Order: sequence, then structure tokens, then C-alpha cells
Amino acid sequence: MGVPLYCTKIAKRFGREVEHEGHSHGMHVFAAPPSVVVDLCRFLKDDPELRFNFLSDICGVDRYPQTPRFEVVYHLYSIPLKWRLRIKCRVDDPPRVSSVVGVWKTANWHEREAYDMYGIVFDGHPDLRRIYMWEEFEGYPMRKDFPLRGYKDTYNPFGEEKTETSSSSLSDDQDNNSSQPGEKR
Amino acid sequence: MGILENRFPDNVFFSTADSIINWSRKSALWPETFGIACCAIEMIATGCSRYDLDRFGIVFRPSPRQSDVMVIAGTVTKKFAPVVRRLYDQMPEPRWVIAMGTCAITGGVYNTYAVVQGSELVVPVDVHVPGCPPRPEALMHGFLLLQEKIQKSHVLRRHDPESAMAG
Amino acid sequence: MTDVTVLNEVEKDGGGTQEILLNLGPQHPSTHGVLRLVLELKGEYVARTDPHIGYLHRGTEKLAEDFTYTQIIPLTDRLDYLCPPSTNQAFVIAVEKLLGIEAPERAQYIRVMMTELSRISGHLLIVGALPMDVGAMTVMLYTMREREMVMDLLEMICGARMHTSFCRVGGVREDLPEGFAERIREFCDIFPQRISDYERLVARNRVFLQRTRGIAVITPEDAIDLGLSGPNLRASGVDWDIRRDCPYEIYDRLDFNVIVMEGGDCYDRWKCRIDEMRESTRIIEQCMRDMPEGPFLADEPTVSFPVDKELLKCSMETQIHHFELSAYGFKVPAGEIYSCVEAPKGELGFYIISDGSEKPFRMKVRAPSFVNLQALQGASNMDYLADVVAMLGSIDPVLAEVDK
Repeated sequence: MGVPLYCTKIAKRFGREVEHEGHSHGMHVFAAPPSVVVDLCRFLKDDPELRFNFLSDICGVDRYPQTPRFEVVYHLYSIPLKWRLRIKCRVDDPPRVSSVVGVWKTANWHEREAYDMYGIVFDGHPDLRRIYMWEEFEGYPMRKDFPLRGYKDTYNPFGEEKTETSSSSLSDDQDNNSSQPGEKR
Repeated sequence: MGILENRFPDNVFFSTADSIINWSRKSALWPETFGIACCAIEMIATGCSRYDLDRFGIVFRPSPRQSDVMVIAGTVTKKFAPVVRRLYDQMPEPRWVIAMGTCAITGGVYNTYAVVQGSELVVPVDVHVPGCPPRPEALMHGFLLLQEKIQKSHVLRRHDPESAMAG
Repeated sequence: MTDVTVLNEVEKDGGGTQEILLNLGPQHPSTHGVLRLVLELKGEYVARTDPHIGYLHRGTEKLAEDFTYTQIIPLTDRLDYLCPPSTNQAFVIAVEKLLGIEAPERAQYIRVMMTELSRISGHLLIVGALPMDVGAMTVMLYTMREREMVMDLLEMICGARMHTSFCRVGGVREDLPEGFAERIREFCDIFPQRISDYERLVARNRVFLQRTRGIAVITPEDAIDLGLSGPNLRASGVDWDIRRDCPYEIYDRLDFNVIVMEGGDCYDRWKCRIDEMRESTRIIEQCMRDMPEGPFLADEPTVSFPVDKELLKCSMETQIHHFELSAYGFKVPAGEIYSCVEAPKGELGFYIISDGSEKPFRMKVRAPSFVNLQALQGASNMDYLADVVAMLGSIDPVLAEVDK
């Protein structure tokens, strides 16, 4: 199997900005800095020879304590040509990436999920709100430094006690969890 | 009525008021159509063709205002707990709660930041039905246990220790 | 719990309808679980739909980071609880690819057969639930009758009705039980006739057609843009099925049709599922016909559990082997994988990052229901409140999978 067309085309169009990170388990991986992700996605989608028209997934990853700490991973698929590829975008803390909602509408909820779970801010997202947790929830649960069982409250007596360092980033109204998340409009 | 029809003179039956009231209460338990997760599918299965809850007088009602049993069928999350409480508060008394499945009983395997560790922390539970999810037979057993509990409860009779001793 | 808030006061000169915000759910029989919709209504017209999800967010992905690979298998059951075998299959295929092993042929046949069984059970529920949402209760009672037959078959294989957890990394847990072939043949003989029965019940019913035909149309371009997959995408006329286009396991040896509709409305999504059940029945028949004899678990001592149950009772080494695998799990080489299968709801992908330990560093579930639910905001000709209910029923979300 030779080098697929999209590898050469990406190299030709973006040069050294987008790095080819090799091939693992049947998928080519590209690393793109946050500034070119949207351009790269639009190029892959609109190019008549590539047609990556289907965005499978956007996934946030926390590499704590490595730096750069966060990764946003895009999985693309081309329905007519049956290609899959992965784009990685590494960002520092605090994480900010441009939104690809303008390229694929489906990115909307994926990005909201990454924002909710990791606190990755997507610039240009039309409606960046929490999607799973309620609006008053403090912290980003999927981050590696967030305890699995959350912090102790009336609903979860097994949670971790809040320490000084964690309570500085978390406000006190989390304590009694009866802030009635479901009732807020 | 078959063989019983037109066979008896006018009769007066003696019973306690409590047992009449409890008998009528337990024979028409109306649970809410209120499913949360996997257990809801088993609850639907219990209500549908093969298991047919209707024969116990158990008929699902979509509104909490019309129902007297709440089957918590699934994981109660912290986001959903206020809703469960509100639904419970909307039910007219007397009301009962069945916690169906391990998640509803203790949170189960989901001891995470998002899950309430047992619906007891939100509403008072009368019957726990273990299983993940419980089989329809188990849910039916739960309903029968609840009926038994209702039959033994006091409605009009004063609740003092002596009568409790007498049974 | 439906509460209505008056946004704007009625215009004094009268005649005009007022805009209201309607809160549908999270407890509402037609939302198929704990979905909450905030609808902006102008009279009975829906101006805007805003789905609120997360009422069943249990933290599966976070929990997976704390579990060994074998322990995660039961967690995957509880994602798409209507068809657990397909979620199990998706997960173990991903891990197997990371490990570089392959399940024996017989195990692959068993997995595919179970997945197709569960596809039937998942579709049966929605085929009955959509008519119920638009007012025809009867179909549900018929489909649940056949669903119980599927549940019996699954119970025969693994002892549980719903959460099978039957797949293991490297194969399946056990061989098929005795007498299973006859039982499933019986089912395959009866079932196609029953599918026609469901169709006869409602497919030409005028009320059902008016409530679903031409309602909530999604164009092929929109469907791809919204990331729809599975029957919802194929109902819009996009011919894409992972089972055929990038075959995994033994799907390339099977003969089946990919059902593609044209309209992209609620009726087509419903009909697509009806026809898929017929194809699934054919796949099951082929699986049972072609299934070879042989081992059901790969001979990989570092990964797979000891097979011989008798040996487990008397041999110390086997016991230690079993204990170590259950208590500590097995190490998976560092790497990243995105592997997807065609689940009943659509493309179900697992993105696993392994750091070389027994537990995944990160496990992301690409849940088809989560993506499909976005179509609520993208469909056209969804004017009335009642159409929203029909639309929701036809895209078949499973809220546990939406919320993870």
C-alpha cells in the first residue's frame, strides 16, 4: 500500500505546518496547530478528490501532567472514498481551539461535550454551554485531576473531601447539591 | 360470577375498615410511566404481552398526579435527582416507591461524580428490587411485596404499640 | 411535569397567537427516557427545539479509566441497553486490534449472530414505539411478544435477558448451549411472517401515514452534515453501511442487502428498520448454517481466560491464571485505536488510548444516538408539536448512550 492521496495533498497544501505522525492501526495521523485546524478540515472536506464529508468524532484528551496538556482529536471519514484519518490538535492550559461547526454541523454537540468534560473553549462556537452537567457545576470532570467520585456532597457520601487547593477552584455552593440543576431553565 | 351467582341470601360481611381500605388500595396500584435507564426496558417488558402487569391491577399512568407508585427504574443522577423528588412530591398520598435495580438502590457500579449513591437519599423507598436489571418476575415479586406491606399498614386504626403487638 | 411559561403578553388587539416556552420532559412518556426538550411554540407551531441532555450522564468514560479492559465489558452493555451485544462487540474488537490478536472463527460467528439478534430486539422496540407515540398502541404489544422470544434466545446463550456481557477479548465467554440451533431456527422460521404482520397493522393506516409521511424530512446532504449514521442516514438515501463498506469480523462472507430509502421522513426511518430486521434474520440463518466447529476463545494465555471449567476446579495453576486475569487484568501495548462497527443505531466507535497498562488511558465512545439526536434541530417540515414527537420516535435515541 502506497502513501494515500490525502497525505501528499496535505503535505503539498500545508507544508510543514501539519505534521504527519505516521500510521497506526489502519489510520494516518496528522498533528495540526490550533491555528490551522479549521483550514485543514475545510480543505479536507471541500477538496473534490478527498471529500472527507463525515465527521465521526471529536474527542478531548487530558495528558496531565505532560505539556502541552490537552489534545483535541478529530476523526474524519470520507463516505464516497472510504478513507478514515485522525487529526490531533495539541493545546496548552488554558485550552482554546477554533470551532469547526462552520465546517460540519455535527461538531456542535461534540465540541460542547469536550467543553463540558475538559473545559476546552472552542472559539466561534454558536452555543458553547455545558451539555451533560448542569450549568452550576464547577470543575471539568474528565480532567485527570478531577476525582472519579467527585467531591463529597449529600448525594455522594463516598466522594473526596475538598482540600484547600481544590476548594479554591470550586465554589461552596457545590456542597449541598440541592441547587436543583434539573429545575433551571 | 359463574357458580356463585344467585346462590345466597342477602349477606352482611364483617371486616375491619383497615383491611377493606388496604385491600382496595393494594388492588389498584398505578405506577408512573417513568423509566430512566435499562431497567425501564424490563419494566416495559413487565407491562407488555408476556408478563402483563394488568392482571395485578397495576396500570401505568403517564402523570404523577394520577399514580400512587413510583418505580425508580434506572440510575438516578445528580442532575436528575431534583426531578425525581419533584415527581414524588406531585404524587397524591398514599404513595409508595419501588427502587428497581442496583443503580437505584445503591448507585451500583456507577460510583462516580455524577450519580446519586442510592435513591434513598432522594425519596423514601418501600421496596428494593435487586438485579441489573431485575427480571420481570423480580419486579412482579416487588409489587407483590408492596401489596403485602400495604395490607399490613394502618389507615384508620390508631397506631399504638399494643395493637401492633396484636398484629 | 410540563410547565408552561408565558413569554410575551397577548397583544391587546387580539387574534395573534402568543409565544410560549414548553418544557417537555425529562419525565414524559414520549421522550423515550430522560430527555428534556425546551420548545419555543407559536401556537401549535414549533419555532425552535432545544434538547437538554445529561440527565443520565453516569460518567462511563471516566469510570473506564479506572477499570481493567475486562471490567469495562459490562459497562459497555449499559450504554446502548437495547442491544448490548453490539456494544460489547465494538469494544472487544477495538481492544483486539490494539493487542494484535484475532478471535477464532467460531467466536466471530457467534458474535455476529448475537449482534444481529440484538439488532432485531432493538429495532422491535422502536418499531412498536413509534406507532405508540403517534397513537397506535397495538403494534407495541405485538412487537414485545417477539422481543420476548429474542430475550429467551439471549438468555439461553448467556443467562441474562438484557445485559449479556458475552464477548471477551479474544472470543466469547462460552460455547453455544445444546439445543440452541433448533430454537433459533424456530425463531427464524416464524419471524419474517411476524414482520409482515406489523407492517399490515399500521403501514397502510391512514392516520399513521399522515403523522409520519413527509414529516421531519432530512435531506442526504443535511444527514451527512449532521453526522447521522445507521438506519437514520440510510432512510435519507445515503448508501453507507459499515458492515458492507469496511467489513469487520465475518461480515464480508455474508450475503445481505443494505436497506436504503429515499424520502428521509419519519415513515422511511421506520420502514428502514422493518426491512433491516428481515436482513438480520437472513444473516442469522447464514451464521447458523456456516458456523464452523472449533475453539470459541483465542489461545492467548496472557489475555484469555482458561476455557476448561473442569480444570479450573482442580488445577492450581489454572486457578491462579484465572485469578490474575480477573484481579489484575492484562496489559495492552501502548497505542491508539479508533474502531467502529455498525450498531443498530449507527456508527458506534471506540477510541481507546492505551499507555501500556491494564487500564485504558482514555476511552471515548462515539455514540450514534448522541449524534443522531442532533437531527432534532436539523429536520425540515417539522412544524407542529406532534411532529416533534414523531421525529423523536423515528430517530430512536437511547438516552443511556446519548448521555454515557
